[in-house]
Amino acid sequence: MTRRTRRPARAGQYLALLAYLVFLAFPFLWLISTSFKPARELGSLHPTWIPKDPTLANYRQAFDEQPLLEAAGNSLIAALSAAVVAVVIATPMAYVMARHRTLLARAATGWVVVSQAFPFVLVIIPLFLVLKNLHLINSLPGLIMVYVVWALPFALWMLVGYVRAVPTELEEAAAVDGASKLRTLVSVTAPLLAPGIVATALFAFITAWNEFFFALVLLKTPEKQTLPVVLTHFLGAEGAADLGPLAAAAFLATLPSLVVFAIIQKRITGGMLAGAVKS
Amino acid sequence: MTLATASERSGSSGSGGGRWWWGRRRRTGDDGDKGGGAARARVMDHGAWFLVLPALLPILVLSVGPLLYGISLAFTDSQSGRTEPTEWIGLLNFQDLLHDTLFWDSFRIGLLWAVGVTVPQFVLALGLALLLSQNLRFRWLARSLAIIPWAMPEVVVGIMWRLVYNPDAGILNETLRDLGFGDGRDWLTGIGTALPAVIVVGVWAGMPQTTVALLAGLQNVPRELHEAAEMDGAGAWRRFRTVTWPALKPIALAITALNFIWNFNSFALVYVLTNGGPGGRTRLPMLFAYEEAFRYGQFGYAAAMGCVMVALISVLLAVYLVGRLRGGDQR
Repeated sequence: MTRRTRRPARAGQYLALLAYLVFLAFPFLWLISTSFKPARELGSLHPTWIPKDPTLANYRQAFDEQPLLEAAGNSLIAALSAAVVAVVIATPMAYVMARHRTLLARAATGWVVVSQAFPFVLVIIPLFLVLKNLHLINSLPGLIMVYVVWALPFALWMLVGYVRAVPTELEEAAAVDGASKLRTLVSVTAPLLAPGIVATALFAFITAWNEFFFALVLLKTPEKQTLPVVLTHFLGAEGAADLGPLAAAAFLATLPSLVVFAIIQKRITGGMLAGAVKS
Repeated sequence: MTLATASERSGSSGSGGGRWWWGRRRRTGDDGDKGGGAARARVMDHGAWFLVLPALLPILVLSVGPLLYGISLAFTDSQSGRTEPTEWIGLLNFQDLLHDTLFWDSFRIGLLWAVGVTVPQFVLALGLALLLSQNLRFRWLARSLAIIPWAMPEVVVGIMWRLVYNPDAGILNETLRDLGFGDGRDWLTGIGTALPAVIVVGVWAGMPQTTVALLAGLQNVPRELHEAAEMDGAGAWRRFRTVTWPALKPIALAITALNFIWNFNSFALVYVLTNGGPGGRTRLPMLFAYEEAFRYGQFGYAAAMGCVMVALISVLLAVYLVGRLRGGDQR
């Protein structure tokens, strides 16, 4: 903010920033390092940052010990379906919430905020009973339904923001030109919202991919379980020999989230909008 | 997590008008609809219902409904796998809960945990946000690295820190040994160290969201005021107190309140790190209720715990928010 910061102060700032980055990064680096260490090294008392004898054995062993591929498949199906369904049903509602000031829109905004405060226990027990009656326990469709509703609050929140950023002038201009309401929505508003919708969907994907509690309660058999639940199976026996595969599996499970996160982070939606208003 | 991201998203997409949710609501108030907006406001046409319904139905069936059902369960003797029908038992669950010392121990640990995580999280995130708002080199790199914890599954965060805390193969004890602080210890199973160790992980995991929200709030700080204060010779601390903080305060309040709720309700991290051990020292209320419901099958009793948790947390938050807002008026 200030351009004329004194030199010692500046150096202090860099030092502080470095300290932060070290604190935030070191556990992840340690996870990666551990995943490449042979069992022998993990048993020794003096672990090093860089594996002395790096190996891929842990990765092989991880796939042998637990059904990681099936779990990743389940996670992918659950997260992808939840993200798509959530965005498809949330976008129209977000449009109404942003453009109309009705009681319903207000109630929906209230729900978005209040739903953040529910302790999951209060929701998961009834959901468990309801899904059990529908025979949707231990099934991905049941989990996906829960994920969709669970993703809705923030999807709505994000999308309402995006809709507000689309100037009403554009829609009014289309109406003046004789376009019907639906036509305006589809060919004027939707394209402008597209980047926001994609970002919202990707965020919903990450949240579902990372989710643990609902999956733990709702999925019972290993072949149905998602990655985070399967990862906890590595923790079963507290032996030093298990650390390697555990680290390897944990690292692999994180990669998709990191990649998707990197994509949304780079997304800049402002430019497209500015252009639309200008022309 | 949610609100912060939403703000960030709408911030990055905002072309002038839509910047930050909280800020925008305050500044521009009710000017969303133009022209015939007032007439349109009250009556929602059929088209709008058509747009709302696909999301409204799932919300009612899978969120609002279960919530009400869950509250009603608290007044029943509902159990898992029972053959006789569930009966209303009035306040019996709550009476039992009142005398359940294990639950209150757990509740106390939950409060310690929630405060212990939320406060350092806020202080550290504020520092980081202030740094990231400076014109430092490599700021883009720092910004990307700083939010990595956000993208990680909580289970992986737990596993990662178990590797860090591991008594033999962990980096923490090795570093302590190198620095000559003795042999280190088994952090996660020590009676005295388990809760602090878990709290550190909680702080670590929640820092990115808080930082992003505060960084967003810093954009509301009027730059001209800052420069004027600097001209007048105000030091960095004075400028922070008189210019930055007043503008940042609404977001700071919102994010700490949300963090407190999220932290109090957190489950996966501690489930993976200690599973409530040693001897219940890290058994957060959520873990307690989870075990009650899905290990012992006491649905009604666990639902009553959920109700008590919501009620008490709401009261605490109300006191906190009212107190803070009052404090602001007096100053």
